[in-house]
Amino acid sequence: MNTAAATMSPVATDTVWPAIRWAVARDLKLALRSRTELAVQLLFYVIVVSLFPLATSPEKGLLSTMGPGVLWVAALLASLLSLPRLFAADFADGTLEQIALSPYPLAALVFGKIIAHWLTTGLPVAVLAPLLGLQYAMDGEALFVLTAALAIGTPILSLLGAIGAALTLGLRASGSLLALLILPLYVPVLIFGAGAVDAARAGLGADANLSLLGAGLILAIIGAPFAAAAAVRIALD
Amino acid sequence: MSTNWFRYASPATFYPLAGTLVPWFAAGAAVLTAIGLYIGLVAAPTDFQQGDAYRIIFLHVPAAWMSMFLYVVMAGWSALALGYNTRLSAMMAQAIAPTGALMTLIALTSGAFWGRPTWGTYWAWDARMTSELILLFLYLGVIALRNAIEDPRRADRACGVLALTGVVNIPIIYFSVQWWNTLHQGATVSLTKSPAMASIMLASMLVMAFAAWFYAIAASLARVRTIIVERERGAAWIAALPEVRGAA
Repeated sequence: MNTAAATMSPVATDTVWPAIRWAVARDLKLALRSRTELAVQLLFYVIVVSLFPLATSPEKGLLSTMGPGVLWVAALLASLLSLPRLFAADFADGTLEQIALSPYPLAALVFGKIIAHWLTTGLPVAVLAPLLGLQYAMDGEALFVLTAALAIGTPILSLLGAIGAALTLGLRASGSLLALLILPLYVPVLIFGAGAVDAARAGLGADANLSLLGAGLILAIIGAPFAAAAAVRIALD
Repeated sequence: MSTNWFRYASPATFYPLAGTLVPWFAAGAAVLTAIGLYIGLVAAPTDFQQGDAYRIIFLHVPAAWMSMFLYVVMAGWSALALGYNTRLSAMMAQAIAPTGALMTLIALTSGAFWGRPTWGTYWAWDARMTSELILLFLYLGVIALRNAIEDPRRADRACGVLALTGVVNIPIIYFSVQWWNTLHQGATVSLTKSPAMASIMLASMLVMAFAAWFYAIAASLARVRTIIVERERGAAWIAALPEVRGAA
């Protein structure tokens, strides 16, 4: 019954890496077999980014000022939209229960699923960012910093999001509930991520923001898999 | 002479204890509020810079303190509930959440009404205001998750994990917002630059802070009693309660 203690109990470390590897490989294979779903999520990101100039103004000064913020907000929303994919299908057909019953540590398996989720959602978002940033009249350095910030920041979104996705498994209106639970927790990532580009443009250098994002990533890697695994166990019984 | 405090970890023993404590804390809150408001509204002089508008802080500051403190208390009860699997701890966490959200809302609204005459605006993206707004979202998230899960035991543990995730994030959110604020905004408005406070104003604020404490304790205990009756309704000791028998 004691879920928190059970997930954090010491395990033989030689089961951790195989568990992560297996979960990454399985989820990647599953994701790549439904490429349309991945493409649609990426298109959502592109469309949201394209809407802002239409809603405000195509003036270049304004666009380059708000570009980093817009791209980050769109990345947050794209991450939010893709989070149910992390556990929902496995939960619905009972696979998640079998995964939880396996002798491998659940936190490692969940971590593997999170890595696969990031590779199929966060990474494409970061890779596309320079292209979309060009539409926002951002210059070379800003584009570079933005891409670096997204590459460090989007894994945090997947890690934190996994906790929310597991907590809302099988609930009514879980999508909007997930937004309420997770978006406030995304605030620091948004601030440091968009702030990195602002700082670089202001000539302050992006190092401080990127370092803080990196620190957040380390903290999230340490804590989030355990919290998400505990949440999965809560959802299962 | 040692009391076994774990005796009160059972809803059956805690229910009457809470019932005894609620009137005392409620009366304490009423008396302290009366004293605090008298000092704040009558005895304290008008501020020569802000006029009488500054008197909102006697409500605002205690509410803001409680809003942050209650989240930590809620997370503490959640941690106990997750660690020891005690039902009552989870019920306490559940009972505190609405009071915490209320305090956050009071802090935000009273801040807006103070800001209008003082800063000339209801809302500024000040670091404290922004983090208080996000705190309100965190409270509402916990309450919404609680209401979305039908099985109360699952809701207990899910909300526990969420509250603990939130409590780790609150300092990070606070500092990130503060840093964002200094980067984006010049010092158009500043709470920290206010002149040193007269001791009579400080006295009123402290009395009001204790009043807010007493109110929060009374409200949480009263709410936890309702939660206990609702969730333990199958238990024999609930059916034997005079107030339950009278209602049936």
